[in-house]
Amino acid sequence: MAAGAEGVAEDLRSAYAAGKTRPYEWRVSQLEALLKLTTRHEREIVEALRSDLNKPEYESVIHETVGVSSACELALKELHQWMKPEKVKTTMVTYPSSAQIVSEPLGVVLVISTWNYPFSTLSLGPVIGAIAAGNAVVLKPSEVSPATSSLLSKLLGEYMDTSAVRVVEGSVLETTALLEQKWDKIFYTGNGKVGRVILAAAAKHLTPVVLELGGKSPVVVDSNINLKVAARRMISGKWGGNSGQTCVSPDYVITTKEYASKLVDALSCEIENFYGKDPLQSNDLSSIVNSRHFDRLINLLDDETVSGKIVLGGQRDKVKLKIAPTVVLDAPKDSPIMNEEIFGPLLPIITVNKIEDSIRLISSKEKPLAAYLFSNDKKLKEEFITSVSAGGMVINDTNLHLVEPNLPFGGVGESGTGSYHGRFSFDAFSHKKAVLQRGFTGDIAARYPPYANWKIDFLKSLFSGNLIGVLRALFGW
Amino acid sequence: MENMAEAAVKELRSTVSSGKTKSYEWRISQLKAILKIVTHHENEIIEALRSDLNKPEHEAFIHEIFSVASSCKLALKELRRWMKPQKVKTGMLTFPSSGEIVPEPLGVVLVISTWNYPFLIAVDPVIGAIAAGNAVVLKPSEVAPATSALLSKLLGEYLDTSAVKVIEGAVRETTELLAQKWDKIMYTGNGRVARIVLAAAAKHLTPVILELGGKCPAVVDANINLKVTARRIISGKWGCNNGQTCISPDYILTTKEYAPKVVDALAAELEKFYGKDPLGSNDLSRIVNIHHFDRLEKLMDDEKVSGKIVHGGQRDKTNLKIAPTILLDVEEDSLIMNEEIFGPLLPIVTVNKIEDSFGAINAKGKPLAAYLFTNDKTLKEEFVRSVSAGAIAINETALHFMEVGLPFGGVGESGMGSYHGKFSFDAFSHKKAVLRRGFGGEVSARYPPYAPWKLQLLKALVKGNIIEILRALLGW
Repeated sequence: MAAGAEGVAEDLRSAYAAGKTRPYEWRVSQLEALLKLTTRHEREIVEALRSDLNKPEYESVIHETVGVSSACELALKELHQWMKPEKVKTTMVTYPSSAQIVSEPLGVVLVISTWNYPFSTLSLGPVIGAIAAGNAVVLKPSEVSPATSSLLSKLLGEYMDTSAVRVVEGSVLETTALLEQKWDKIFYTGNGKVGRVILAAAAKHLTPVVLELGGKSPVVVDSNINLKVAARRMISGKWGGNSGQTCVSPDYVITTKEYASKLVDALSCEIENFYGKDPLQSNDLSSIVNSRHFDRLINLLDDETVSGKIVLGGQRDKVKLKIAPTVVLDAPKDSPIMNEEIFGPLLPIITVNKIEDSIRLISSKEKPLAAYLFSNDKKLKEEFITSVSAGGMVINDTNLHLVEPNLPFGGVGESGTGSYHGRFSFDAFSHKKAVLQRGFTGDIAARYPPYANWKIDFLKSLFSGNLIGVLRALFGW
Repeated sequence: MENMAEAAVKELRSTVSSGKTKSYEWRISQLKAILKIVTHHENEIIEALRSDLNKPEHEAFIHEIFSVASSCKLALKELRRWMKPQKVKTGMLTFPSSGEIVPEPLGVVLVISTWNYPFLIAVDPVIGAIAAGNAVVLKPSEVAPATSALLSKLLGEYLDTSAVKVIEGAVRETTELLAQKWDKIMYTGNGRVARIVLAAAAKHLTPVILELGGKCPAVVDANINLKVTARRIISGKWGCNNGQTCISPDYILTTKEYAPKVVDALAAELEKFYGKDPLGSNDLSRIVNIHHFDRLEKLMDDEKVSGKIVHGGQRDKTNLKIAPTILLDVEEDSLIMNEEIFGPLLPIVTVNKIEDSFGAINAKGKPLAAYLFTNDKTLKEEFVRSVSAGAIAINETALHFMEVGLPFGGVGESGMGSYHGKFSFDAFSHKKAVLRRGFGGEVSARYPPYAPWKLQLLKALVKGNIIEILRALLGW
């Protein structure tokens, strides 16, 4: 069993060609194994996440292990249904015939995951989809979360069928070697810069790619709402999601100049309820993942056009890589904090005159992975949904669409291509093969040369279901 | 200095920002305009196709004009339904809530078409793009210049040019177009250029649909209606632009024993269709140009196969015609078995047992289509299960193309993505997930400060386990 990227790809191709991964039984056995390792080793997983991210146990369980278990259980429950061919009605054109759309595996796929939810539906979700769809799969976990990466390697190595499911650890070198191989699909979660590198590598082999990227996910906050609940939900989506280091975290808020101070007060009040007077001491906040990101965030905060606009928080602890929940009011449009995905515990609030102006503001930026609106105004909600393009949207909450498996999760434009979760994961790793079946009857002379006008008329009428026309053509009327 | 591509994209982006292309009325108006083009200018289209390909009127009508008209009519009929958000049931974790999937346009898209069905493959994707509410640039193939010019003229006259543009040209213009940022690109053609398209799209994270080709095999079993089989193979091969079709049967696989019967049946039907001198028949497209003519001659004259011609082989260089040609028992390493033929040559590869043909097919790149003629139920099931291709047809060739309920697209080397019917609308849409909530249904266990009981409660909620929920709530 070779260790290099080429060797791994070859091994998996052999396993796939041997038909190993196709039977329902194999897929079920692998999903059950994944479920087992997730439930049996929850302690170790929680510890690894503490080590990599200082992630609170609560988040590690609710956002990561429970998500994986649920996804496994859903796949186990639905797999028969997902694997069934879909019957398709056929028309006069091919009568008599029957047709269906058959889902088949793509073959050998590569999943490149990321560091912020390293054991979750972000990393293992695509693996679940790949296995459910009958593929062999290589998982490349992120080296930025090394404890989880090595735990994944160990546990999947123990529990899964390693002839068809492999973990390859490493960083740029190993990833580049993997990207040189020919895959039948690549699933990448991360940022746009690397996304472009992935697409360029995939182009050489005509490999289709799913990209789950990010962006600046805006939250529009209208007035006349339950501000307490809205604040709690925003905080939960922002700081309660890995300290803002989440692709769908509310990145920035837009509200009216008039409402801004109320919003700041509500946020301030609930942040204290959640994290206490000194959030740097709270055990319920993830740390910043490493000093590179810590420095990046500090730079955003200490930028001279922004530092004077901090209305809440701003405290930092470089040793522990912690930054307190921080709110900035009215950072300038061209400040760095308003021009890159923040991915951290800083929340700028931008104010507008009329709340409707927020829609144009959002549309002037790249399409984000998510967009949120807190409002009770029916018209504003409809306007928001129709005019704002984003991967996904939630009205009156944040992040929650992630846990609804009936909704596809994915981006658009700069925030990504393709989607997954629930059945969409299965579909993402399947080829939907059209199958048309005929017998030898129902052969129509008009189809064949020598061509003649009556034949064209006949076919025209037949395909349009025009029986009179058919008769006219046949009898030369 | 702004080039034509840049200027076009700029204008289209501006139109899209204005919201014009999103409205149902605009989309309907454009689809109706396309339908008008097809009904009022039928003769010009047929003439252009005669000029570019010597395409018989029958094929020009049924394969291109009729297909486009049907596609328009379907979109006109179904558009309201396609545009409607799809309601989605939501579960315990977001209760109370409602969910839907809302289709929205991607924005400004590029359709790069090809030469063999130069009207159909240009206009059909444009129908999908417009139905989905996008602005679109169409780049027709320069290898079919009469149709390209006609498309430019007619779409320029009938459609809203602030949102739908035709840009003619060759490599230079295509390269300029590919340097722009598109919200989607659809390319029909070959694998080499497809890699170039993907590499260009990669710079802008642009999603791409590729409709490519491959060697579409037709497996012919024994104990079948050989006459109907032969007619359907001929129809899918020479009756489709003289084999210059992405889903034409490229080669045949049959048993050594049955092969002579297949050859005889094909020869008999070919004579009925095209007469004793097919080069004189008006019912066959010519080879599109001298480059492809020379390429096909080379395949035929390859010393490994030239002695294996059992039918046809006649050619007329002046008129760019090659007669329907069948080759028997070609070797796997001949030229003709290692590139997509895309012409009127049909090699027959023989195997000992018919089941051996599946392995032979899977040893090659995944084709756009694979065909099987058989009455054997087990063989059918095994074929569908083990042969991977864009599409499969049993006891037929090429006709699946016209079933709009089926997605049309490739896999692996034959492409990615699909279209036709609603799949065209979907191909040019973003399916946006929308979750709606009110301010009720607050679960304090969701929020910090975190505590074991909160963890227990949420875990129980996720499992939907009432006992566990109560235990957590009541601290049992």
